[in-house]
Amino acid sequence: MEPSARYLYYPGCSLKGTGIAYEESLLTTFRLLEMPVKELPDWNCCGATTYMSVSETSATLLAARNLALARQTGSKDLIAPCNACYLTLRKSQRLVADYPQIAQETERFLEQAGLPRLDSVRVRHPLEVLYNDVGIQRLRELTVRRLQGVRMASYYGCQAVRPYGEVDDPHEPTRMDEILRAVGVEVVGYNLKTKCCGGPLTGTIHDVGVRLNYILLKEAMRLGAQAMVTICPLCQFNLDAYQAEIRKQTGEPIDMPILYLTQVVGWALGGDYRELGLHRAISGRKLLEQWFTVRKEAETYV
Amino acid sequence: MSEKKNGQVRIGVYICHCGANIADTVDVKAVAEYAATLPGVVIARDYKYMCSDPGQELIQQDIEEHQINRVVVAACSPSLHEHTFRGAAERAGLNPFFVQMVNIREHDSWVHTEREAATVKAKDLVRAAVQRVYFHKPLEKRRVPIHPEVLVVGGGIAGIHAALTVANSGKKVYLVEREATIGGHMAQYDKTFPTLDCAACILTPKMSAVKAHPNIVLWTYSEVVSVDGSVGDYKVVVKRKPRYIREDLCVGCLQCIDACVFKEPKFDDEFNLGLSKRKPIYIPFPQATPKVVVIDPEACIQLRTGKCKRSCLEACVERGAIDFEQKETYEEIHVGSIIIATGFKTFDPRRLPQYGYGRYPNVYTTLEVERLVNASGPTSGQVITRDGRVPKSVGIILCVGSRDENTNRWCSRVCCMTSLKLAHLIKEHTGAEVYIFYIDMRAAGKGYEEFYQRVLNEGVHFVRGRVAEITDWALDPSEEGKLVARVEDTNTGFVRRIPLDMVVLAVGLEPQFDAHEVQRMFGISCSLDGFFLEKHPKLAPAPTYTDGIFIAGLCHGPKDIPDTVMQAGYAAAEAIALADTGYFELEPNTAYVVEEECSGCKSCVPLCPYQAITFKEDKQKAFINEVLCKGCGTCVAACPSGSIRQNLFEDEEIFSEIEGVLAYA
Repeated sequence: MEPSARYLYYPGCSLKGTGIAYEESLLTTFRLLEMPVKELPDWNCCGATTYMSVSETSATLLAARNLALARQTGSKDLIAPCNACYLTLRKSQRLVADYPQIAQETERFLEQAGLPRLDSVRVRHPLEVLYNDVGIQRLRELTVRRLQGVRMASYYGCQAVRPYGEVDDPHEPTRMDEILRAVGVEVVGYNLKTKCCGGPLTGTIHDVGVRLNYILLKEAMRLGAQAMVTICPLCQFNLDAYQAEIRKQTGEPIDMPILYLTQVVGWALGGDYRELGLHRAISGRKLLEQWFTVRKEAETYV
Repeated sequence: MSEKKNGQVRIGVYICHCGANIADTVDVKAVAEYAATLPGVVIARDYKYMCSDPGQELIQQDIEEHQINRVVVAACSPSLHEHTFRGAAERAGLNPFFVQMVNIREHDSWVHTEREAATVKAKDLVRAAVQRVYFHKPLEKRRVPIHPEVLVVGGGIAGIHAALTVANSGKKVYLVEREATIGGHMAQYDKTFPTLDCAACILTPKMSAVKAHPNIVLWTYSEVVSVDGSVGDYKVVVKRKPRYIREDLCVGCLQCIDACVFKEPKFDDEFNLGLSKRKPIYIPFPQATPKVVVIDPEACIQLRTGKCKRSCLEACVERGAIDFEQKETYEEIHVGSIIIATGFKTFDPRRLPQYGYGRYPNVYTTLEVERLVNASGPTSGQVITRDGRVPKSVGIILCVGSRDENTNRWCSRVCCMTSLKLAHLIKEHTGAEVYIFYIDMRAAGKGYEEFYQRVLNEGVHFVRGRVAEITDWALDPSEEGKLVARVEDTNTGFVRRIPLDMVVLAVGLEPQFDAHEVQRMFGISCSLDGFFLEKHPKLAPAPTYTDGIFIAGLCHGPKDIPDTVMQAGYAAAEAIALADTGYFELEPNTAYVVEEECSGCKSCVPLCPYQAITFKEDKQKAFINEVLCKGCGTCVAACPSGSIRQNLFEDEEIFSEIEGVLAYA
């Protein structure tokens, strides 16, 4: 990546692991948009919500190190694609701004680490970058192929729009729908956009976690969606990975592709199957192949 | 400072504690001690309540015993008590304009927390006033006559009651209403809480009394478009919109409506909030006053295209009341005082998308349900949802657009009781299970708590919690085809899902959409929430800061019908008192031209916003009409030769005041 990139990119742990398809599609999409992003050098764990619930101050320090590193590069926009990373970084900034005690502790810590003081780094989410910086009109113009007759449900998960509402409206988010429509996808009115996917519950209280995902998938099916579009690696994983188990438990024929927004947008902009990480999907593989590769006639070149 | 100009100046300074309001933050004793050291000050005192009788007597005694001839009172805002202290001085034989007030409450103790700094500020302000009052001149108050006629703007229950009260005292009243009928929101209500009196039964007799009253001129479908003048002498222009019906000829037989070429009603009926349809020619509701039809120019084929067979004309051929050529007309009236009763609008629940209003057909507002349960409403009183079912379970959500940082912070006051009433009526009409979702139930009012208990005993379910969302997503078969309220029941600590056939949003009350234009036109103020501002929240809740203009009803803030009627009666009483006194005393703070200095450049003439300045050709000098001058000071500042002065704002008064406030103690 060029050193002059306006956007810094903070992958967090997921995008290097289970969510690698998110990284692949994000980088491809931004390359196609001619908005190169540079990975934040020497980044560390964001602490996620887990650490925040143990100690707000310590969790803030973890996040602050990443923000200070970003500040060091001189870039103002730090893209955090994972909803948990996004919220943790954003929340840390808020804690530093609102609580002098945490601010002092953070400053002391950064000084010891030889890092600059926190300044105006903007934590950004890819959804909101696509919406605000690229814009619906430009996405529409840049679309080179459309998925015809595929209906999708947009799903935000719990952390992207709450509590700050900078990514989208906290009560009735619509930006993802607008982006999807702009790149030629038919969108169903999905009411559970911000309902819980269970998060880490699938690993701890497994039955409850799986049930939550069942609810989300079943309602999407009822509304006629053929795929769900996510913006969080954990949501994507939960919805994608447990469908076989849900099929077995409920007997319902659920096999639905769970996509990242950047995969759908990236494909519309001309990205190919593998570089968008579409081959990494667990559920709905047949449909994916049908939509994104084999059924060439489904593509309309604009 | 010289004592020569104004003779022997003897100043008395009085520092008020205002109980603890000032004394807690300002060291009043220290301020008084400091004031005593200032040049010209003969006596300086502090007292717990200067405005009380003993406080005023203190000033009067000092005037008599110590020959005080200038008075400085450091207390609250002059808008509250200036006239009190001027009155005290006057009673002791001193010209009232030798009194100067210093506001050390609103401008000091109420806005600061540091005692030391607040005390310094109080001293600075007192010093400024002492230096200013030195140069005060004796002035005479001006009296303006009061024109006895009264204008009432808005024909809801507030305007109706105010108009009738003033008219009953023998004075002529103009009642101007924007809509085609008077009655306002109250006409839309079914029953009134807590007595369950039918709203129409108690309102319509008052409406017809307005129409029949010999002292009331009723102009509906009309709007005030300009207001000029001041207390006692307002010139108001009223636009009378064309209703395309000759009001003097129409008898309200309604045959034209039957004859209209539209066989079926097709246009949203505003009175029923779109729950029913009307024709292009219509009457808002059967008891509309005046009982005169109106034609909607947006819907009428003749008015839109000029190509209709005009069957309505045939139906009205005998009376000839229909007039497609009617144009708007303007009436100019002359009144002494104005009562503004322009009402409110309800909160638009689309602003809270989580409640699904406009998305789910079976989500209603309280006002819509008022029409649904009304026997003469769109369903003749049958509670039927938009998809044609009789609901078995109904949820009423309180505080939609009230007590909410994201929308409006204020309590709309009537929604708790309205919801209790509707819960009772819905249960009576349908036998449905009714749920009320509330934050706090507020049933303060005569008979209100008793009504709340009655509804509790009727088996309405009360769920304490703010509803998170209304969704049509069914978790199990019992919820399918229903709306589901997801709510944390904070009494039990559980998150509940309650399936409902009908959801009613108790929408809050907001200022009228054009409240700011009305406010500007009448020269009154709005409080932060956008409702019109009263002169004093406790002691003058109907007068405004503009003399001769009063407010009544919900344009002033949310209130129920009894409070509205009380305020309307109070506003009417103030207007009657003003008219009966016959005159009003004005501040003598007018500008005057020093003739020998005026060069006759005329630059002041076009600047005056009140057309108070004329140019005397014979003398080649400007002349200011004192009665028209409002004391705005524009000409004083603009005069290139400094030959316009203003009473109470003479150069030496202002400059000494500035010097005083800037001098370092």
